[in-house]
Amino acid sequence: MSLTSKVTEDVQIVTVNAERIDAAMAIQFKEDMRVETESGPARVVLDLSSVNFIDSSGLGAIVAAMKQLGKDRKLDLAGLSPMVEKVFRLTRMDTVFNLYSTLPEALEPQQVGG
Amino acid sequence: MTETFSCSFRATELDARDGILRVVDQLKARGIPDFRVEEVQIALAEAVNNVVEHAYAGTAPGDVLVRCNLHPDQLWVNINDAGTPFPNGTLPEGKLAEIGDDLDSLPEGGFGWFLIRELATDIRYQRDEDKNQLSLCFSLQLQGPDVRTS
Repeated sequence: MSLTSKVTEDVQIVTVNAERIDAAMAIQFKEDMRVETESGPARVVLDLSSVNFIDSSGLGAIVAAMKQLGKDRKLDLAGLSPMVEKVFRLTRMDTVFNLYSTLPEALEPQQVGG
Repeated sequence: MTETFSCSFRATELDARDGILRVVDQLKARGIPDFRVEEVQIALAEAVNNVVEHAYAGTAPGDVLVRCNLHPDQLWVNINDAGTPFPNGTLPEGKLAEIGDDLDSLPEGGFGWFLIRELATDIRYQRDEDKNQLSLCFSLQLQGPDVRTS
């Protein structure tokens, strides 16, 4: 399992326990996300603090994970390293997700339900 | 002065990961700044992923050879494989898919060649007998085209 998860009040925090979300990892990541988020709060925060590399396969898997959540739930991303953030910015995917540099930032009260 | 180093690996996803990391280690050991090594790693990973997924599609995975030529002001990364050539012998345009408001229509792929073209300053491709030779160039000048980072 590449992920661990905990639910606090109205947020589910899913932590990626891997340094890379790359082509070798993307399919498993997508499947693990499906299992972890099958049910739960409307807001899911994906904690990427351990991730220091992502490629287009990994990016596609995160987009797929958001689609799996459906229209009534949302996926926010936290703990992006400069490299990971660069890939989101270059591909304009920073316009699709809310990005937070750290997990605590993503969990600040004003962000909940935002 | 030019410094050359290379590594080769089998075209599987896991071997590709190891091979890419070996190149990254070599670049860091030669004092190239981390942010530039990260950009090289992104473009190299996309190029190698394409070899794994497309050039050797439907056949037993062949070999990938990555050779780096390090000049004082630029780095050329050459990626060679013995798989099938690019369709029509030309490199993909790498146009980013439209990002609309509709969740279901968001692109889950097609980022690879876009990223390569964004990050490399020059790209050359040559089909040499039965080999693909793709060369990506990266500027090593500190005043690079990276002003957007700020």
